[in-house]
Amino acid sequence: MKVTIDGIEIDVPKGTTILEAARMIGPEVAPPTMCYYSKLKTSGGYCRTCIVKVTQGSTANPNPMPKPVASCRTEVMDGMVVENTINKEVLEARKGVVEFLLMNHPLDCPICDQAGECHLQDLGYEHGAANTRYEFPRREFEKIDIGKYVQLHMTRCIMCFRCVKVAEQLTDNRVHGVMHRGDAAEISTYIENVIENEFSGNVIDVCPVGALTDKTFRFKSRVWFTKPVDASCDCKKCSGKVRLWLKGNDVLRVTARKDQWGEVEEFICNECRFERKNTADWKIEGPSPIHRSSVISQNHYNHLNELKVQVMKQQKALGFMDINKRP
Amino acid sequence: MQLTNRKVVVSKKEQSFAERIYLPAIAKGMMITASHLFKKSPTINYPEEKRPIAPVYRGQHVLKRDENGAERCTSCGMCAVACPAEAITMTSGERKKGEENLYREEKYAATYEINMLRCIFCGLCEEACPKEAIFLTDRLVDVEFERNDFIYGKDKLVEKIDKRIDVTKRQTQAVLDFKKIPGLKHNELYDPKKLNTGNKH
Repeated sequence: MKVTIDGIEIDVPKGTTILEAARMIGPEVAPPTMCYYSKLKTSGGYCRTCIVKVTQGSTANPNPMPKPVASCRTEVMDGMVVENTINKEVLEARKGVVEFLLMNHPLDCPICDQAGECHLQDLGYEHGAANTRYEFPRREFEKIDIGKYVQLHMTRCIMCFRCVKVAEQLTDNRVHGVMHRGDAAEISTYIENVIENEFSGNVIDVCPVGALTDKTFRFKSRVWFTKPVDASCDCKKCSGKVRLWLKGNDVLRVTARKDQWGEVEEFICNECRFERKNTADWKIEGPSPIHRSSVISQNHYNHLNELKVQVMKQQKALGFMDINKRP
Repeated sequence: MQLTNRKVVVSKKEQSFAERIYLPAIAKGMMITASHLFKKSPTINYPEEKRPIAPVYRGQHVLKRDENGAERCTSCGMCAVACPAEAITMTSGERKKGEENLYREEKYAATYEINMLRCIFCGLCEEACPKEAIFLTDRLVDVEFERNDFIYGKDKLVEKIDKRIDVTKRQTQAVLDFKKIPGLKHNELYDPKKLNTGNKH
């Protein structure tokens, strides 16, 4: 099936969603997502961040769709024409979505352990407005303890349902879910149940905001002061491929490796995540690839060569002498 | 290769009699010395007299407390990441129940150190701070004998409750106006009387 996204045509198999097709083209045209997770079935359709405009439904029916559609839940049709970043209406609507997501989200980034790798922070920076128009108190919840490993901050939750789907699809005996409805909806366990499952720690990685964070890393350090390295170990329960967040020789935190969409490559078990906090437990493979625009790449000089090439290009354009040829 | 045309060829001329006895030159030098006796001295007697300094002078740092005496710093690390000299380090602690009067928010700086020898007093930490916790002041950093004494901890940085340090002069009108924007008041406590003020939408 041929589909055109932002003027770029691509051939995709039947049943692909618009979002998947856009991701095949590349990050320039892929819409941002907050609730959709390609590794979790039936995820997506809650947050409306990935809305796009379909200007031509298909070759058979070239009429445009009347409203922006959620690209994670809309399958492509042959000859479909989609506009994402080139459509002003979409960008305006997405700005509204970000405003809605931030309406009840506390602005406690200085405290939050997720700051620096938070998807909502990135989204707000890229699509949001600098000021809020909301003048009412934000919703608040009673704090509940859900075990010694995972810290729940319900005020920061944006109701993406990813953690519920992880519990459903990755583990058995799900004990947490969404209670109540509408504005009062919250992620909770039934009568303060404790989440105890060998893979329950993965809810931390799938959470796009700081609602579920690592209790063993709580307030230890900001992420940009730690150095991420890829490491592995022989684990009987999981693949053992993880990312260590080091400060000196101390392992402050262990997470799964994430791909360019911020999604976990392979889920890891709780033993790897919470118990192996020693460099001797791991075989270190090398520094993790971190995008240069990320705050985590601060003071890590993995991209020095790339930077040098860029500087030299700029200097050449300005008519400077070549650094290497200077007498 | 000639680089400039300021080149002078040195000549070793024989001195005249007047030059050889040096007396006219000594007299000339003494005249200059004597003339300075009647000029106004640029030296001031420092500890007693002080030169005027700008209200935004960047001297020793202070970690401010809020109106209730609680520490404002939440140990977010923005100052440390902004610091070009990497002079700031900190560790965080979690506020326990009953410490609400000590620390303003859930997280606080358990230790906070500035190495005054590394610090270049650029004021970027002050600019980066989202909580208006750190300010540079018009105080000078004291002289010490040991290098270790220049690493200032919280004992020297946090202002004393009964000896507050005034930083209002540092906040320009533009900053004070910016803080009046109603949309920026998220962190304020809920007060129904304050509703329906500010911009309507």
